[in-house]
Amino acid sequence: MNGSSGISNPPSRTLISAVNLSKLYPVSEGWFRRDRSFIHAVDGVSFDLARGETLGLVGESGCGKTTTGRMLVRLTEPTDGQVLFNNESGDLEDIAHLKGAPLKNFRRRAQMVFQDPYESMNPRRTIFDTVAEPLHVQKIGDHSERFERVSETLSMVGLTPPSSFLFRFPHELSGGQRQRAAIARALVMNPSFVVADEPTSMLDISIRTGIMQLMGELADQLGISYLYITHDLAVARYMCSRIAVMYLGKIVEMGETEEVLRNPVHPYTKALLSAVPVPDPGADREPVTIKGSVSVPVDPLPRCRFYDRCPIADDFCRDNDHPPLEDKGAGRLAACHKA
Amino acid sequence: MTSDPVLVVEDLTMHYATRAGPVRAVDGVSFSVERGQSLGLVGESGCGKSSIAMTLLKLLPDNARLVSGSITLNGVDVVPLSENQMREHRWDRISMVFQAAMNSLDPVYRVGDQIIEALEAHSASAPRDAMERVRELFDLVSLDPSYIRRYPHEYSGGMRQRAIIAMALACEPDIIVADEPTTALDVIVQDHILREMQAIQRALNMSMIYISHDMAVIAEVCDVVGVMYAGKLVEFGPTAEVYARPIHPYTKALMSAFPSVRGEKHDLATLPGEPPDLLDPPSGCAFHPRCAYATDECRTSIPPTAKHGDQWATCWNPVADVDSE
Repeated sequence: MNGSSGISNPPSRTLISAVNLSKLYPVSEGWFRRDRSFIHAVDGVSFDLARGETLGLVGESGCGKTTTGRMLVRLTEPTDGQVLFNNESGDLEDIAHLKGAPLKNFRRRAQMVFQDPYESMNPRRTIFDTVAEPLHVQKIGDHSERFERVSETLSMVGLTPPSSFLFRFPHELSGGQRQRAAIARALVMNPSFVVADEPTSMLDISIRTGIMQLMGELADQLGISYLYITHDLAVARYMCSRIAVMYLGKIVEMGETEEVLRNPVHPYTKALLSAVPVPDPGADREPVTIKGSVSVPVDPLPRCRFYDRCPIADDFCRDNDHPPLEDKGAGRLAACHKA
Repeated sequence: MTSDPVLVVEDLTMHYATRAGPVRAVDGVSFSVERGQSLGLVGESGCGKSSIAMTLLKLLPDNARLVSGSITLNGVDVVPLSENQMREHRWDRISMVFQAAMNSLDPVYRVGDQIIEALEAHSASAPRDAMERVRELFDLVSLDPSYIRRYPHEYSGGMRQRAIIAMALACEPDIIVADEPTTALDVIVQDHILREMQAIQRALNMSMIYISHDMAVIAEVCDVVGVMYAGKLVEFGPTAEVYARPIHPYTKALMSAFPSVRGEKHDLATLPGEPPDLLDPPSGCAFHPRCAYATDECRTSIPPTAKHGDQWATCWNPVADVDSE
């Protein structure tokens, strides 16, 4: 596999690390105004993703999970922080600000699957053209080799026989088949890292399980690491060994999925969990204790992001900065002064 | 319990005319809703659940054709009514909360004025009384009265959905049809709105038809549930019983494919294949190409509707019985 390297920290098992990653978007308040405000879409996010591991990034809309995912594959350039990628030669490379040839080279290793299979494909191109596009861009193989590789990838994602899908257009495929084709496009380069942004949320339940199982099998077979972005904790439970819960641009809790779901530490995670309906008519859920709704983090005050909605916040939380993500025992990380 | 049905639907069939032939969107559906009861219609996209909602309100596109059946609302069959006559029932007796809350409010009018407009179209109340009623409605759905004079873009997604619900409640209908009212919302907001809708429904003893693809949401808000597949109701019964002991293989498959955050982590079942094309549904039972229990009978003849306790299902090989053998 990868050659030995002198770098021991972080360990070579780590494929990609986000280090204090931030993305600020300026809010324009008119021309020639210098004192602008910023939306803190992602604010100092750090985590490691091991080889072959699936980390779930969960949270409500607007919490910054998609922006984080896009920064890890460099579709969005971070404002601050590093994205350390363990490349083939075993060296750590900061890909946060790559450009030109090195960026193109990084794209061979890292790909993204988008939420909506109806929007993420050009309706006027065949499935072959769509899936072969990355090979074309990277100038890999001649036509027959690409044909071979695309067919192989289509059968891998369950579009069999490939010959009956290669020259069809997206509208001739069902939603589930389209999402399989989108996964094939991401995998055709044989990447080691894939960001999957809500890949099943547009699909019907009977189709969804098939795609979830496919993604799990491919991870096992090909040793792919996923950053799995979802708003659905139940889906995360089945896809991810670890999850990170985001709120207004910050990771508020991170740990083993089953552990976090069984025994959440952060009050936001608790609220999120108790809000999820259960498919059991007899089940009684605890009422959700938080009020209000998610705001937009424009120039947030230097205090806990969750302060306004938190049921257990006190004066200490009001007067102190946002708490760091720290170990609360048994490998669980949480960012809360009170927990 | 004495039966006091607000809505009785019998043998409802609705087709969409397309160039390729009729799409059988709703195919011989019968059910009834008691006063104060909430009925859930669950199924996947394209199974006809939204088409039923549009048919009940007779808000159908031009190419839709009501082939047969009756919709009896408080003892009146609304199927033969003209559009003008139907307008007297809509909002007053039956109203609807649509799927896309974002698009059901007019962006250039204040939200309060839109509700007043609906009120004035249906009752001869004075403007001052109408304003009073809007205040009551905002209070009912937990919206700040200061938002009455604001525009829809100033509302968050959850607040817009609350405003839509307030509008649906404006004329005190007997029954509300809610089509995926919380699907576009985050879970915490969904939780608030579901709880409020249940509280309002109980307080006003109103009936409700709740349409969703989400088995968990239906489990929480509905007394009875109907499972739809390919334009047909395939199983119907009290929610607790249907969830505890599904009879139709499709219901069972849906349950075992649904992930839950609580309880034991069971393996998720995968349903082979895709939902059928309603232009050309499969012969016999429409579910047979995907059904693990399918026999020759299922492929050739349409299954009968059979009662199993309080539940009923249309299946040749009901799973509850198969499993007990």
